[in-house]
Amino acid sequence: MTSLQSERRLDRAAFGIAVALAAVAIVIAVDTYNLPEGIASYARVGPRAFPYAIAAAMAVLAIATAIAAWRGKFPERPKDEYGPFYWIVGGLLVQLALIGWAGFAIATGAVFAATARAFGRGPLWMTYLIGVGISLAIWLAFAKGLSLVLPAGPLERMF
Amino acid sequence: METFQFLAQGLSVALQLDNLLFGLVGVTLGTAVGVLPGIGPALTVALLLPITFKLDPAGSLIMFAGIYYGSMYGGSTTSILLNAPGESASVVTALEGNKMARVGRGGPALATAAIGSFVAGTIATIGLALLAPWVVEFALAMGPGEYFALMVLAFATVSAAFGDSTLRGLTALFLGLTLGLVGIDLQSGQARLSFGMPDLFDGIEVTTVAVALFAVGETLFIACGGDRTQETITPVKGSLWMSREDWKRSWKPWLRGTIIGFPIGAMPAGGAEIGTFLSYATEKQLAKNPEEFGHGAIEGVAGPEAANNASAAGTLVPLLTLGLPTSATAAIMLAGFQQYGLQPGPLLFVNRPELVWGLIASLFIANIMLLVLNLPLIGLWVRVLAIPRPWLYGGILTFATLGTLGANPSLVELGMLLLFGLMGYGLRRFGYPIAPVVVGLILGPLAEQQLRRALSISQGDPMILFGSPMAVIMLSIALIATFGPLLWRLFKPEGAPSSLAGNED
Repeated sequence: MTSLQSERRLDRAAFGIAVALAAVAIVIAVDTYNLPEGIASYARVGPRAFPYAIAAAMAVLAIATAIAAWRGKFPERPKDEYGPFYWIVGGLLVQLALIGWAGFAIATGAVFAATARAFGRGPLWMTYLIGVGISLAIWLAFAKGLSLVLPAGPLERMF
Repeated sequence: METFQFLAQGLSVALQLDNLLFGLVGVTLGTAVGVLPGIGPALTVALLLPITFKLDPAGSLIMFAGIYYGSMYGGSTTSILLNAPGESASVVTALEGNKMARVGRGGPALATAAIGSFVAGTIATIGLALLAPWVVEFALAMGPGEYFALMVLAFATVSAAFGDSTLRGLTALFLGLTLGLVGIDLQSGQARLSFGMPDLFDGIEVTTVAVALFAVGETLFIACGGDRTQETITPVKGSLWMSREDWKRSWKPWLRGTIIGFPIGAMPAGGAEIGTFLSYATEKQLAKNPEEFGHGAIEGVAGPEAANNASAAGTLVPLLTLGLPTSATAAIMLAGFQQYGLQPGPLLFVNRPELVWGLIASLFIANIMLLVLNLPLIGLWVRVLAIPRPWLYGGILTFATLGTLGANPSLVELGMLLLFGLMGYGLRRFGYPIAPVVVGLILGPLAEQQLRRALSISQGDPMILFGSPMAVIMLSIALIATFGPLLWRLFKPEGAPSSLAGNED
């Protein structure tokens, strides 16, 4: 736990951000270093300069973030509930798993139901059916009406 | 008087029946979505962008302009009737507006906001029309070095200058710049940060990132906050009409707000919401009965609301004339132009005057439509506002999915929506601003292009970047904007605020 009252004020979550930023800096630098030599170009400044500059800046920001985390300089965070978080992320994951074959409506209904559940509304079967209904209406409006390419499944193919 | 010829030509475009219809759809959608708590103009435009790209460019751009103005109007309704404003530019409106609503003067508050927005929007759009040709002429003479300096200035002001932490602002900006690197480099044809994934070769969709950060991230943030952000709607009681006294107290703040807001928005720098704070402070200073401030002073609604709309119109000056977005919303609008293969900037004025001037002229029409639409339909907007949160956020995420798949129907795109949504939640949770990420993503590649162009002209000599007085001035301001706030915090007088404004949108 990150306690703000304790003697050691290291904010571990914020420190984690610093580590992540450093990782981003390294990924950019390595990726840029490994760029194949392109077609010879007139430009003196190739595709490498800008990424290197960003990587360098990211490294500096990572260090500054680490210092800020060490000093406890991040704004205080009220405690979050994680139940709703898992519901919403879960809903999006289910959609990701379903959309390839079940189509837009069946998959997106899961997002709607899970989000409603995260905000305390149920029962799930009812919100799911509502979600499928809304998504189907959206699919009809946009795929048929505005000729947008949206994934179709068994439900959509009935129309 | 060339401007008026162009404007007349633009009006003939904007008054075509289908364009009027696009405008009407835009302002209606914009108001409806802008009214929804937690949805600002940036998300509204981002959600609607991908699902309209099959439409005709002129019509769509007119629709986006309508959405942009409409969501501003909608946002003010929210901040008056709800204690939590939907967009940060309306924070100030909420100060007095919500107080007014609570003492039963919600009607006049809504009216002064709407009429003030109309007055400010109209005057500021005239300002845009007059200023744009002048800036365009200036911009045509600018070289890549100056453009690069200008972009650096925008980066600095959007990320560092006005947020509450230079470090977090810059980090958000560089996250955006990093995302902007992804994809095939147009000059050398090499794929950067794509990790061999063909889906990444075209770069990361601005709309996906914006929708993920603003919709998914925001939803997660609100959901996890539990009852922390519970809002209460103050019902509108009594007459909607402003009394004679209200009019007398409103008209000067409208004009002053416009005069303050427009130049701030029109500057090629971020921080357009500063105008609302300045206007509020000015009105408080000039008020005959300053003790009323904090308890529902109508001047405190009229001024900032006018300033808000004036700077929203002002933001279109750098966007249209220089291709420089200075807010998240403007960045997404720029993505909208690019979607049709159009690059805003001086050349667009030269090559497609009918499009640009049609857009500007349509802003006048949008303003009139909004005034007509807003006040009489207030009952409807209040009902939109009252949508229970489970349905509201369920609907937002459903549309977020639609927008993402509409841009690119692939699993990778949907995966990115989730990934950037998680990032958005993290950014919110740790107090990082969102706007710099979006601006960095879209402006980064353009800045790199200008930089490389400049350096290939000078055959690699970096001194070309400091080659003109204008570039030097802009880079110096950028430097001050980045590090000035740090110094300010170190040496600030006792009790002074640590920053000027909020962020977002």
